[in-house]
Amino acid sequence: MPEVKVRKFLVSVEEIHHEGGPPAAVPPKRGVILAVVENPYAGSFHDNILPFMDDLKPLGLDMARRLLAALGGDPKSIEGYGKGSIVGEAGELEHAALWHAPGGYSMREVLGGAKAIVPSAKKVGGPGTRLDIPVTHINASYVRSHFDSVEVGITDAPRANELVLGLVMTTGPRVHARAGGLAVADVKGEDGLR
Amino acid sequence: MKAKIRKIMTVVDETLTEQGQSVSPPIRRAAAIAVIANPFAGKFQEDLSELIDVGEELGQLLAERAVAALNASGNNESGNGGNVESYGKAAAVGENGELEHAAALLHPKLGAPFRKVLGKGAALIPSSKKRGGMGVALDIPLGHKDAAFVRSHFDGMEVRVPDAPRANEIVIAVAVTTGGRPLPRVGGLQVSEIKGEDGLR
Repeated sequence: MPEVKVRKFLVSVEEIHHEGGPPAAVPPKRGVILAVVENPYAGSFHDNILPFMDDLKPLGLDMARRLLAALGGDPKSIEGYGKGSIVGEAGELEHAALWHAPGGYSMREVLGGAKAIVPSAKKVGGPGTRLDIPVTHINASYVRSHFDSVEVGITDAPRANELVLGLVMTTGPRVHARAGGLAVADVKGEDGLR
Repeated sequence: MKAKIRKIMTVVDETLTEQGQSVSPPIRRAAAIAVIANPFAGKFQEDLSELIDVGEELGQLLAERAVAALNASGNNESGNGGNVESYGKAAAVGENGELEHAAALLHPKLGAPFRKVLGKGAALIPSSKKRGGMGVALDIPLGHKDAAFVRSHFDGMEVRVPDAPRANEIVIAVAVTTGGRPLPRVGGLQVSEIKGEDGLR
């Protein structure tokens, strides 16, 4: 089992007081953790890339725990999530897809079970590439107040042979959410959708 | 509080390896960034004292947030700012503001409360400023907090807030670190040679 080689981590937290409307009593937070790791498949085509997916699980758990800690540490405070990855130029878009299982598994594990699919985005790009990671409610994908996205990136990553792997958690809806749709109060929580 | 804050963002990066060499312990750098209303956007205001006072408030608030973020993400013996080695500050003014507004925030009064949070800091706090649109990158210059000539700690940290500054806003940031560049080897004054008397050497 190849070791996952991490070059750096980046953790960022936004605390949103208002966006021109009444200030929130409890400002919602949007947190991101990114890891820059070596891409073991960079430079040539590998048919079987699945082993690395399992290798990423411990890293995913570590990242989900770090991110939760940066947001205050209470799993019950997390209402939205998302994930994403950026592949350096010597890699392939398919390598980004290796993050789907470990990224989702790790957040569900740390949050004590969450029903909704974790929305995601991926791309191939150079150092400093920005990625808009989509965010939805953790138990019901259709909750409209929690549709959001967080722009992430690292100035010096990914280098050609690297991957940037990211997780996002939020503690609430858009700060002035008022566009209707399914409300948190109406979530049935059975199918992960409504 | 005089500052009208729309959002606060903290960022921590942690470098574990560089060019195949392990960095041990990993070096952490943290920035705390506030997005505030610019009370003087769209007009010429001779007296900038309101922004100068906001700079003083934010010097404390952002320093506390940056130190907390720096220490929350690592195994530290020192959680009170005593482990900070270098620092810096920067601001970006939205398009209806004036470069001088960034100067009012950064220079007259921000430094004293920032240093108080750290315990000390004899060196000048390096700074940069600009005017720009939403998502503009701030390159926060970094220097050793006790001796500005320490060459290993000359560095910079790039931060940005994707939706700020709006035209009538200012983005203001402070940064603190647990070390200099990952693999310093260009000589100059060393940390072990700091006299710590004049803030320079």
